[in-house]
Amino acid sequence: MSQRFTIPGFTLPGFFSTIGAHLPQWPHSLALATALNAAARTGLLPADTLTQLEGRSFVVEVLDAGSVASFVYRNGLFRPLLTVPVTPDLCFQANLSAFLQLLARQEDPDTLFFRRELSIGGDTELGLLVKNMLDAIEWPQLPQLSLFRR
Amino acid sequence: MAARKIPQLVCPAGSLPALRAAVDHGADAVYLGYRNDTNARNFAGLNFDHRSMVEGIRYAQTRHRQVLMAINTFAQPGRFADWQRAVDGAVELGVDAVILADVGLLDDSSRRHPDLRLHLSVQGSATNYEAVNFAHREFGVRRAVLPRVLTLAQVETVIRNTPVEIEVFGFGSLCVMNEGRCWLSSYATGESPNTVGACSPAKFVQWQKSPGGMATRLNGILIDCFADAEPAGYPTLCKGRFEVQGETYYALEEPTSLNVLDILPEIARIGVAAIKVEGRQRSPTYVAQVTRTLRAALDELARDERHFSVRPAWQAELARLAEGSQVTLGAYHRPWR
Repeated sequence: MSQRFTIPGFTLPGFFSTIGAHLPQWPHSLALATALNAAARTGLLPADTLTQLEGRSFVVEVLDAGSVASFVYRNGLFRPLLTVPVTPDLCFQANLSAFLQLLARQEDPDTLFFRRELSIGGDTELGLLVKNMLDAIEWPQLPQLSLFRR
Repeated sequence: MAARKIPQLVCPAGSLPALRAAVDHGADAVYLGYRNDTNARNFAGLNFDHRSMVEGIRYAQTRHRQVLMAINTFAQPGRFADWQRAVDGAVELGVDAVILADVGLLDDSSRRHPDLRLHLSVQGSATNYEAVNFAHREFGVRRAVLPRVLTLAQVETVIRNTPVEIEVFGFGSLCVMNEGRCWLSSYATGESPNTVGACSPAKFVQWQKSPGGMATRLNGILIDCFADAEPAGYPTLCKGRFEVQGETYYALEEPTSLNVLDILPEIARIGVAAIKVEGRQRSPTYVAQVTRTLRAALDELARDERHFSVRPAWQAELARLAEGSQVTLGAYHRPWR
């Protein structure tokens, strides 16, 4: 496991967030909502948990990239929000490296949270529900190609 | 020289990926629970529905690992049948043992399922061998999980005076550890592990960010304030910083994690049957990290007990994962009684 590629902790240079904050944010929201809908359609996200997200708004902010994605779950679909809500039901904030480490299951969300590298705002129980939903996703196993073995 | 019998490694599974992570990284047994208040980690979105339970048990047992089902809360008035159903379900699913705390449920289960292997949960709060032997005599309990309040010498005394296998905690977050008897969470929120299966339930928790810091509240009660870079913890009453006679400090207990790597040879020597890792609420990543580290240490101990030494890499890996980033031996090594 230790021989696998690991994502290092890093912070993007300051100009990323300066420039990023001036760019339109809706493409991030659209991309994330589309990806989540695809995950829901393929059954990766459990239907019974999804129904508990009905009507709730979410903000995901990549601090060092200056980018924000916001969306709402309504009538069975994640829908991008064109304007970022001031008080979303749930807000995740972290640097890009922390989000990548989370997605790759290299770091535990609680560990990142305790170390203050991940911040969660809003409804704590909703946050726990989402965290546990993401933890329970069974990512499709990549085939063990001999090419990638050491 | 015959190799010493090393303790079994029992790891947490709050989800199917966490169960797979535990099995793949060397757990001898996993423990899990239903998605309801019959277990003491009844958190939103956590635990197993029927389908994932069936698949999880199959995954572990086909790899010759054990599955222990925690049904370790106390049956609420008028709802005893829910707890009975949970035990019946465990029997149907073919788990290797159930972990129970409620004396009524222990009695009922031992009568209705005489072949079912019963473990006494840490929530059952048996802190001496008389209590453990009572559970053995009355309900045929085969293993007891000891609360984290005993010193190693006290654990040894229990082991010497009981035929019941003894399981102790080896790694994970600590609280005041008055397990099965603690009502601090109810004091703040009206809900506690004994009643709803969760300590300081998330719906009562608030993280309040402000410039330069973050405050944590439990049902409105200020538990702690953290500067921006300061490691934070989950707001339970026992881990809060409070003002007492003009001084603000951890008035009940500092947030720490237990880590028994340093005393692993001692734990094996006194005959502990199993070491349990806390953390069904943690992610598959955490389970993989802790399991592989403890597996490596236990294997090393099995290979050569006399030359066992804790590798810095193991300690570094476990210290990183600790809540509050402080790792202690807990009560096992305590100068005071």
